[in-house]
Amino acid sequence: MESLAAYPGARVVEVRLRVGALSAVIEDSLQFCFGIAAEGTPLEKARLVVTIVPVVMHCAGCDADVELESVQSFRCPRCGAPCFDLRQGRELEIESFEIEDGDGMEKAGDAEIGVTA
Amino acid sequence: MTTRIVELRRGILKKNDELAAGLRERYAAGGVLVLNLVSSPGTGKTAFLERTLRELKAKGARVAALVGDLETDNDARRLAASGAPVRQINTHGICHLDAEMISKHLAGWEGVELGGLDYLFIENVGNLVCPSSYDLGERIRVALLSVTEGEDKPLKYPTLFNSADAAVITKMDIAEPCGFDRELALRNINEIRPGIRIFETSSKTGAGMGEWLAYLKEERRTRKFE
Repeated sequence: MESLAAYPGARVVEVRLRVGALSAVIEDSLQFCFGIAAEGTPLEKARLVVTIVPVVMHCAGCDADVELESVQSFRCPRCGAPCFDLRQGRELEIESFEIEDGDGMEKAGDAEIGVTA
Repeated sequence: MTTRIVELRRGILKKNDELAAGLRERYAAGGVLVLNLVSSPGTGKTAFLERTLRELKAKGARVAALVGDLETDNDARRLAASGAPVRQINTHGICHLDAEMISKHLAGWEGVELGGLDYLFIENVGNLVCPSSYDLGERIRVALLSVTEGEDKPLKYPTLFNSADAAVITKMDIAEPCGFDRELALRNINEIRPGIRIFETSSKTGAGMGEWLAYLKEERRTRKFE
């Protein structure tokens, strides 16, 4: 909502989130709660698109970043050695949002990165 | 009608992470080792902490504790019996502590200055899910598991166990009647967090406390707090 303040009157069409497999967030619950929380706000009709970010550990033995197949075992899928060094998988971030023109948008300036028709 | 995409790349917990980073600096400046204790309700966090505070105090260490619960100050009163300063944080329905709550309760805590402490313990709200997402600026996150809970708890809650720096198994005095499979529990913890230090303790008999206290002392030394 804070970021939306720059676009008065805009309606949000889509919100894209990146959620790590180790972030303690369940997509179904998130979708459910988003619907409730968005009611009566410019996000009311927005789609919530969630990308699950897999866990990546650094395997010292292989000297490589390796993706885990599940979070039930923190071992290197290549060599089987235990992995200690987490490189990815705890993300919980808003990647981007897509908005539909509102009255005040021209005033907000056009410093955005991407514009689609 | 045109639409546009605004790139944000912003962490949803950014505010908490920033506050936690500030707290971490304050703890380091004060020379206090801060631990965050996390477990399910009923694991025995309070009993374990009560014993830890008492034994550390007996050794002359300067200790204090913040304790989080949804309601009541029962735990704070129990812990205060150790003689250490204790402050209750009531979250009124929130299932975890966050950095802002810690910050607020450190402010105006009568008689307690971070610079005057060796150890500050934070007993989180009993919950194995949400506390794993909220950094409190702690140096050591301790995951506790009791022998009555089932050896597969680390597999069921990998998010929390993987983020822990140390694991404590509590209630070892009743391990046998509970049919606790020690080897399996140790294996499961190691599967989720390889190489983690594991302490097998009983707050009732004091078993394992010596090793735990030696670890705390060593952590203070190696993390350059003394």
